[in-house]
Amino acid sequence: MAFPQPRPQAPQLPQHLLRTIECQQGAVRAVRFNADGNYVLTCGSDKSLKLWSASRGTLLKTYTGHGYEVLDVDSSYDNSQLCTCSSDKTVILWDVASGQVTRKLRGHAGKVNCVQFNEEATVMLSGSIDGTVRCWDTRSRRYEPIQILDEAQDGISSLKVSEHELLIGSVDGRVRRYDLRMGQLHVDFIGSPITCVCFSRDSQCTLSSSLDSTVRLLDKSSGEMLGEYSGHVNKGYKLDCCLSDKDTHVLSCSEDGHVYFWDLVEGSLTLKLPVGKAVVQSLSFHPTEPRLLTAMEGHVQVWGAEPEDAAVEDKL
Amino acid sequence: MASDEDSDEDFVTYGTPLEPLEEDEPVRKPVPVHEQTVKDEKGRYKRFHGAFTGGFSAGYFNTVGSQEGWTPSTFVSSRQQKAEKPNVRPEDFMDEEDFSEHGIAPREIVTTDDFASGKKDQLKDKAKAVSSLAALIPGDTGLLEELIAPARSSIGVELLRKMGWKDGQGVGPRLKRKQRKQNDDAVKVYGCAFPPNGSEESEDDDEFAPENVSFAPKDVVPVDFTPKVDSHGLGYRGLNPLQALGGGSETGHINLFTLQSDRTTSLFGDRNSGQQRRGGIGGQAFGVGAMEEEDTDIYHKDSMSNYDNVLGGEEPGDGLYGWTAPQQDKNDGFESLVRSHCRSSSFSSFINLFVYPPPDLPRDYRPVHYFRPVVDSSTVSPIVAQALQASRGHLSQDAPQQGRHSLDSSQRCDMLGETPLQGPSSVFELLGSKDRERLNEIRRAATEQNKSALSSRFQSIAPQPDSHTQSQTSPTKSQASSETQMALKAWSGPTADASKTFKPFAENPQKQARYDLYINKLKQGNKDALESSLDSSMTEWERGRERDEFVRAALLYKPSNSSLSSRFTRSKHEDDTDSVEVTRDQENDVDDKQAAVKMKMFGKLTRETFEWHPDKLLCKRFNVPDPYPGSSTVGMPKVKRDKYSVFNFLTITDSSQVSRVAPSAPKPPSSSSTLPHLTPEVSNKKSRWDIPGQEPKDPLSAFLSETRSEVLAAKNQTDSPHAIATPEVPLKKQKKKDKEKHKAKKHKKEKKKKKNKKHKHKGKQKKRVEESNSSSDDTDSNSEDENRVVSTSELLQRSELIF
Repeated sequence: MAFPQPRPQAPQLPQHLLRTIECQQGAVRAVRFNADGNYVLTCGSDKSLKLWSASRGTLLKTYTGHGYEVLDVDSSYDNSQLCTCSSDKTVILWDVASGQVTRKLRGHAGKVNCVQFNEEATVMLSGSIDGTVRCWDTRSRRYEPIQILDEAQDGISSLKVSEHELLIGSVDGRVRRYDLRMGQLHVDFIGSPITCVCFSRDSQCTLSSSLDSTVRLLDKSSGEMLGEYSGHVNKGYKLDCCLSDKDTHVLSCSEDGHVYFWDLVEGSLTLKLPVGKAVVQSLSFHPTEPRLLTAMEGHVQVWGAEPEDAAVEDKL
Repeated sequence: MASDEDSDEDFVTYGTPLEPLEEDEPVRKPVPVHEQTVKDEKGRYKRFHGAFTGGFSAGYFNTVGSQEGWTPSTFVSSRQQKAEKPNVRPEDFMDEEDFSEHGIAPREIVTTDDFASGKKDQLKDKAKAVSSLAALIPGDTGLLEELIAPARSSIGVELLRKMGWKDGQGVGPRLKRKQRKQNDDAVKVYGCAFPPNGSEESEDDDEFAPENVSFAPKDVVPVDFTPKVDSHGLGYRGLNPLQALGGGSETGHINLFTLQSDRTTSLFGDRNSGQQRRGGIGGQAFGVGAMEEEDTDIYHKDSMSNYDNVLGGEEPGDGLYGWTAPQQDKNDGFESLVRSHCRSSSFSSFINLFVYPPPDLPRDYRPVHYFRPVVDSSTVSPIVAQALQASRGHLSQDAPQQGRHSLDSSQRCDMLGETPLQGPSSVFELLGSKDRERLNEIRRAATEQNKSALSSRFQSIAPQPDSHTQSQTSPTKSQASSETQMALKAWSGPTADASKTFKPFAENPQKQARYDLYINKLKQGNKDALESSLDSSMTEWERGRERDEFVRAALLYKPSNSSLSSRFTRSKHEDDTDSVEVTRDQENDVDDKQAAVKMKMFGKLTRETFEWHPDKLLCKRFNVPDPYPGSSTVGMPKVKRDKYSVFNFLTITDSSQVSRVAPSAPKPPSSSSTLPHLTPEVSNKKSRWDIPGQEPKDPLSAFLSETRSEVLAAKNQTDSPHAIATPEVPLKKQKKKDKEKHKAKKHKKEKKKKKNKKHKHKGKQKKRVEESNSSSDDTDSNSEDENRVVSTSELLQRSELIF
């Protein structure tokens, strides 16, 4: 090409508070977008799970059935099912429309920290403090897991699923990637207890935050470190980290009440979004738009790239 | 009849006859007292549980239940069969012993009430008996009845009879003088009493009473203490409909105001009824009956003094004493005492009798009790404690010893005053002084080794590549020699014989024989025991391995003191347990990785790849072909390993040996990153690689193997069909090139790479694949040795890069 490519438009960051949702369900342990980003799911410490409209912030449904606080939630690709995990050692598969428990799976020996559907929602994967990841079949009526991954030497703190890979972060300071297609297990030693792991959107890199207040971007295939992001505070909490919708920024919660945005390539701090005074417990990035959910104490905040009124005008 | 010998059968025999003595039978020795045991009907020893009858011998040998145990009755109820309400009697909870003669509820033949002649009233019986004596025909009342009716006299009566007591007599010592006759004949007078008739007394005195005759005491009719259940006034009896309507045969007049005395007298067959009625209440309130003879002034005033104010009334003056009545009868017994008081004094004085003066109170008595707080002497100041002690007398002494659980056995022993147990308190006391010294030495040596190994480890990452071999081999060599020295020290000397010692290589008899030889030589103090006992026909590598194993085994299974070893029994099922399941691929040393993380050298040093088998169903659910078709293993492949293999003990003594021995291990370390269909090839190479003469304990070997495996993996992946899908190889190549160029900082390069990745161009990827193909060709053409050389050089470059 004769001309250099035009400089791509600077990515917009979700820095405007659109609304605050008071969840009325105790502390919000986790907040998640659903698969298409139109709905918000909040896990409460009062054993309930709530479904909200992301655009209006209204409560749509409350799911009760857990025996203790709900720790993580994931929605299936078709929004028909939800899976949650809880401190009561169970994993529950919900029917979204009716709010009924489709399946309640017991087997973990300790509280279950994280849960994920696979791409087709045929398998639920749950990682527990007991150091195992259990693969539950949603198709059959079996109450036993398909497979138990017990290679971790300490509790599982975070887990993500891609097409054919499982990314599992454990408190033993290792990020394990199970490659189903290759039949291999790759163990990356980080050293400090892992709090959250993510795939990048192009699924070539893995992002892992650990309790040494550092977020690391590792090359998936070789395990080399591509970037290191620090400045935030993460010493004791299981805080979330994620990548922005176009993989341009790395985001992480912080115990000082901010959400940190780093430029992925430069590694420099782009934005320090003040959320509140307490610990930002959980965050979730919209799958396609620059929109962010943060959870602090009992409420959830929705952040957008533009102020609300402007967005409304656009839509009109 | 008695003289008739033939009619023996006619004799009535009581009891069990003794066995007829036979003449030639030896005289039986009497059973001594201490051998005489009481057994119950079941032949078990009888235990006495309480007084006389033994109380309860509860259940089955003092347990609940039976020989089979206790089975509770289960509650079953259905719609068709409703559960019956169990009517539980006390007998259900009793044992058969309780029903026996001396049990608490003896079951014997008893006349039931149906066959008893009417209700037997004890009082009535007594009265009847007394009255029968005075009757014209003695015992005319119910004499016939008594003949028919079964006698039911209590055991007390039986005993009294045996002692010479007769019915109707009083109980007590016989008296010299006949009891003074009372005015028994006197008519009961209401209103003004007549003065006592003096003629009566004279009559009594005149009665014949010989001096030398003693009399039985006059019998006393017990007072009928029937409780008052009605709400009538004292002494008032309501209309008895039976008497009023049915017509009492004897009493034409219904007397509502019969007193206690009257009632008692009526028991005696109304002998004096006419007399009494005449002197009784004239019925001022009820008029004069037609049958009444005396209709003296019917309007006379009644006074309360005419009435008895005590229950029980006057003793019937029936004059039944006969010639046995004692004179002092009036004054014995509480009853008469009370009565006398009643007569002599007013009612109030009778009450006053029982009022006692209040007790004398001590001078310092305070009517409120005050609980003093218990104060721990350790928590308060000594002055306060002293003051408290003075005020109270004692301080809580047991405060400082916090509960009995915090005491140890010896303390408790002291408190209880027990003599301490004899014998050693610790296992180490069983060891001889020599052994103890040896143990300490070993401990000291181990700590020193740890230190040296640690320091050497961190030197191993030092910049000078030439010093690697020297710095690492010298401590290991010296360490090995020190171990052999230790083994020698442990085994030389008069210790347990070989037969008693543990056989770690029992599976391989030849190896065990060699080991035994080695141990024997050690015992003789042979310095080169190890070398001489090894098989010279083996390869150097094998010998090296065995040398290691033997030394370690000798150290681990040191001969213990015979006194100690005799205390432990060897388990019999060794065959089952001498192999353990271990995941085949063990993780490498963590310390190396930690160091790598510190230097931010993520990548090869922190990455480990293992073979992992997903479940078939999981692959199906993920829409992924099974990577290991035909393999039945799930998860990490496991291998059975000899429990007593050296490699399981490696971590016991020193973790630094992991890196030293790992490359020479039978498990293929290189296989960790390769695909399964390559593994046989790899294992072949491993043996080839261990060429005798080469120093296999090179610290570099870990790195060598790693890099070698890397190359192998690269080669393999280019061969495998998945190669296109995984961009590992081209990236690596690129990285290598980058490193060779030493152009820019590492981070920048990575970022660039990342950028490249983000904008994936198909053409570029194709190029990479081609590149990787060519590189794989290169590696293929290289021989194995060259491979190693290349990798070492790369490693050296890398280390240069770091520092």
